[in-house]
Amino acid sequence: MIGASLSDAQMQSAPLTDPTGATAPSLIEAHGLVKVFGGLRAVDNMSIAVRKGEMVGLIGPNGAGKTTLFNLLAGSLAPTHGTITLGGTDVTRHGPDRRIRHGVGRTFQIPRPFAQMTVLENVLAGGQNQTGERMWANLLRPARVAREERALVAKARALLDFVTLSALENQPARTLSGGQRKLLELARILMADPQAILLDEPAAGVNPSLLELIIGRILDLNRAGTSILLIEHNMDAVARLCSRVVVMAAGRHLAAGSPAEITRDPAVVDAYLGGAPA
Amino acid sequence: MSLELVSYGAFFLTMALTFAIICLGLNVQWGQTGLFNVGVAGFVAAGAYVSALLTTPEDAARLGGFGMPIAAGWLGGALASAALSFMVGALTIRLRADYLAIATFGVAVVVQLCALNLEAVTGGPFGVGFIPRPFAGTARNPLSFGLLNLGLLAALVAMLYLLVERLTRSPWGRVLRAVREDEAAALALGKNASRLRLQAFALGGGMMGLAGAVQAHFIGFIAPDNYMPMLTFQVWAMLIVGGSGNNRGAILGAVLVWAIWAGSAALISTLFPPAEQARAAALQIVLIGVALCGVLLLRPRGIMGEEQIVSRHVGKPHKAGAP
Repeated sequence: MIGASLSDAQMQSAPLTDPTGATAPSLIEAHGLVKVFGGLRAVDNMSIAVRKGEMVGLIGPNGAGKTTLFNLLAGSLAPTHGTITLGGTDVTRHGPDRRIRHGVGRTFQIPRPFAQMTVLENVLAGGQNQTGERMWANLLRPARVAREERALVAKARALLDFVTLSALENQPARTLSGGQRKLLELARILMADPQAILLDEPAAGVNPSLLELIIGRILDLNRAGTSILLIEHNMDAVARLCSRVVVMAAGRHLAAGSPAEITRDPAVVDAYLGGAPA
Repeated sequence: MSLELVSYGAFFLTMALTFAIICLGLNVQWGQTGLFNVGVAGFVAAGAYVSALLTTPEDAARLGGFGMPIAAGWLGGALASAALSFMVGALTIRLRADYLAIATFGVAVVVQLCALNLEAVTGGPFGVGFIPRPFAGTARNPLSFGLLNLGLLAALVAMLYLLVERLTRSPWGRVLRAVREDEAAALALGKNASRLRLQAFALGGGMMGLAGAVQAHFIGFIAPDNYMPMLTFQVWAMLIVGGSGNNRGAILGAVLVWAIWAGSAALISTLFPPAEQARAAALQIVLIGVALCGVLLLRPRGIMGEEQIVSRHVGKPHKAGAP
C-alpha cells in the first residue's frame, strides 16, 4: 500500500551510495545463516552482503526474521549454521561486545538507553578504547584519562548537536520521548565511529518532522561514507534512503533489487506490500 | 559521666564506620553495578577470619596464629575476600539478579558453616580470641582508646570514600552503570560486561573483607555467630536507607541504621526485665524494617539517592549555542 504510492520523483532522490559499485569490499558478509528456535527456523539459509559506503534496506512482513538476522550479525544470537564476516574477519563465534572492533555497530528496534544516566553520559558510553574504562588506569594514569575524557566530551557534544539533543544533555535518558531515544541511540553508536551500522526501524513510531530529521541524518552519515543496513517498514523512507533492498519472508531470501524493482515484484507485493503494484 | 558518654559515642561511631566500609563495598556491587549480593556476611567473615589467623599469637588448638602486624591482617583479609569474591564471581557472574542472589546466599552459609565446623582452622563455635587491637597500649584509658580508634577508622573510611568516589566518577564507573542499566546495550557498544561485573564484585568483596578484619581487630574477638544472615540484612538496610548509588549515602545509612540498632538495644535492656530481653531483641529487627519501609515510601531512592551527573570530567554545563 505504501510502496504503491511511491512516485518516480522520490525514486530519483535516492542517493548514489556506492559509486564504485561491486568492486568495493564487503564490510558485512554473511553466508548460509540459519537460526533455529525450537521447531522454528527463524532465519533459514540467508546470505547478505553490505559493501563499503552502501545503504541496503532489509524489508519483509512481521516475523520474517529481519531482527533475528540483525541479532545474528550483531552477535546477540549465535547462528545454528553459517558464517559471518565483518570487515574481513570471521566473527561467527565472537560475542556481541567484540563486533564493534570490526567496525560494525547496531541500534535496537526498541531503543535501549541507559535510563538513569544522562543523555550526555549515554553518548559518552559509546566511546571506544577509553583508557579510563580500565579500573586501575583511573588511579595510575589520571592525567591521560582526563585528557581522553575531555576529547570524548567534545565529540559527544558535537554528536548531540548532530541529532539535535544538545539542550537535553543533562536530562536522564528515561525522560526522552520514543523518537528522541532513537536519536540518542544513533548518537551513542556514532561515538564508536562505526564503518557500518545496523539500523533497526529508525523511523518506527516517529512523528513526521522527526522522521524527516532522522532520514536526513542517515543520509548525512551515508554521504560521509558509513555503510548502513536498514530494517524499515516505511517504504517511503526505504526508497529515499536505499539503493538496494533485500526482502525476507518466513526466514528466507525472497527478492533483492532497487526499490523500484522491489515494489513491482509480484512475489514481494504478494508477501509484503499487499494490493496491486504501482 | 560526660566522659563515659564521649567514649561510648566514640565506640558507637567506630562500629558504625566499620559498617560504613561494608556498605561502601556493597554500593560498588549493587549501587553501581546492580550485582545482587545477598551473601555480604560471608565476605565479611572471610576477611575477619583471615586477618585474625594472620595476626593472633600462636595457638596450638588451631591453625596459626602467625603473629603478624595488624596492617598485614587488614591487607590479608581484604585480599582474601577479594579473591573469594573473584572466584565466586567467575562462577556466577553470568547469572541474572535473582540467581546471583541465591548463589551468594549459599556462599555465605557455606562460609559460616566452615567457620563453625573447621575447628582446626577457625577455632569452631568458640571463635578466635586475643585478636590484637589497634592502640591496645591505651586500653586502660577507655576515652583515649576510643578516640584513637575512631580517628583511625575515620581516616580509613575517608580514604576508601575518596577511592570509590574516584573510581565511580570515572569512565570505569560510567560503564559499570551502563552494564547495570542495560547489559545488552552495553555489549553492543563493545563493553566487556562480564569483566566489568567481575571487577566490581571483587572490589566490593575486598572492601567487605577489609571491614570484617577492621571489626575483628576493634572488638578483639570473633565467632561464627557474628556472621549470620542478619548482618547481610543490616547492611542492605543501611544502603537502601542511605541511598543506593551514592557513596555518601552509604556512609550516612550505615551510621543511621546502626544508631537505630544500638539505640533500640539500649532501650530494650532498660525497658524489659532480663528474662524477656532475648525475645524483645526481635524488636530491633522490627524497627529496622519499619525504618526501611518509611524510607522506601517517603524517599524511594534513599535519603541521598544517586546523583544525576556522576562523571567528574563533565563538570561544566553545556553552553547553549556553542558549536
